[in-house]
Amino acid sequence: MPDDVKTLSAQLAQDPDSLLFLRLAELLRQKGQVDAAHRVALTGLERHPHLADAHDLYARILADKHDYERAFDEWDMTLRIAPAHVGALKGLAFLYFKVGDVQQAAAHLEAAQRAAPDDPGVAQALALARGGASEVEREPPPDVPLAPAAQPLEEARVFAGLEGAQEGLLLLDASGRVLGGALKDPQGQDVTDAVAAYLAGVSQEAARTVKLLGLGGWTGLAAEGKLGHIHLTQPTGDALLLVVRDRAVPMGRLAIIAQRAALAARRWLEAHA
Amino acid sequence: MTAAAGYGRALDLITRVRGVRGAMLVSAEDGIVVADQLMEGIKGPAVAALASSLTTRLRRAMEAAGVGASVFWHLQAEQGALLVVPTGGAGGILVVAVAEPDVNVGLVRLELLRAAEVAG
Repeated sequence: MPDDVKTLSAQLAQDPDSLLFLRLAELLRQKGQVDAAHRVALTGLERHPHLADAHDLYARILADKHDYERAFDEWDMTLRIAPAHVGALKGLAFLYFKVGDVQQAAAHLEAAQRAAPDDPGVAQALALARGGASEVEREPPPDVPLAPAAQPLEEARVFAGLEGAQEGLLLLDASGRVLGGALKDPQGQDVTDAVAAYLAGVSQEAARTVKLLGLGGWTGLAAEGKLGHIHLTQPTGDALLLVVRDRAVPMGRLAIIAQRAALAARRWLEAHA
Repeated sequence: MTAAAGYGRALDLITRVRGVRGAMLVSAEDGIVVADQLMEGIKGPAVAALASSLTTRLRRAMEAAGVGASVFWHLQAEQGALLVVPTGGAGGILVVAVAEPDVNVGLVRLELLRAAEVAG
């Protein structure tokens, strides 16, 4: 993940209502700047009190600060907003582990596994829970393997060999987490995290829109910008692929590039399932 | 020409294209339908709200990516499409068309841009 606290901070300052605070706070948290992450997450939460991911993030930061009681409340709140939120289910499982309630921990992990059957972290934690109380004493930190991982997954390999793999192709999960690829703006600056944050939720909104219109599933979203074009597609049910090119690349050509990249992404996702 | 007449003329430009099931002018800021010509059964207000939200997300993502604000976007689906021309930035109007899958996208895009000039 690019080290762009400064960039994200500047972008968040320009657009304080955006969801960039999620990425910024997570980045700060990963760097061990827990107090700064706490401030960013809390400010974001004040602006987005009904956002499940914001409560989940805040809970993880509270857990980092060993404030487990409030972390519990925040994960509980997350589940009230989004009952199948995997991060919150994992987080609560972690807290139950800590107090020795292995049965509750396993129950929450089983719920997480139902919501995310392909998540290797959940399977690993569940195996640990079923392994017995002695394993619990290992006390895994909140995000290894119980809480959601935030690191990109071997990103270079997703689009290996494809044109623009490191500056114009991006693979995201449903929540906007970067799975592979990277984006650079025309000045060469890395804008991966900022773009990913804005695209979180786009696939769900696109699906709701076409459902309302009775148009079946959505197959692609193409947009012309003043300086370039983008094409979004779903390589699998919950992933989102973004292709960005300058205006010299016609929209039809962009759709073909997107198809090829989607095929590579689908293979990669299936191989890593 | 009154605003309502202007809006009607703008929508006529779009709905006369073969394969277009309806058109709307939507407030970009709050997703409220300003004027519409939709076939029966299309849930205009709900679609307008989602089109507005998607436009905002796309605008922000595209600006962050350095490709500038969206001038036209096209949501493709198995059985049709939603086509949108945003005008005047965040406080402007969205010109929206709902179309059949075999519609001439290039033609609809052209009429949406013309309609945007008329409505604007």
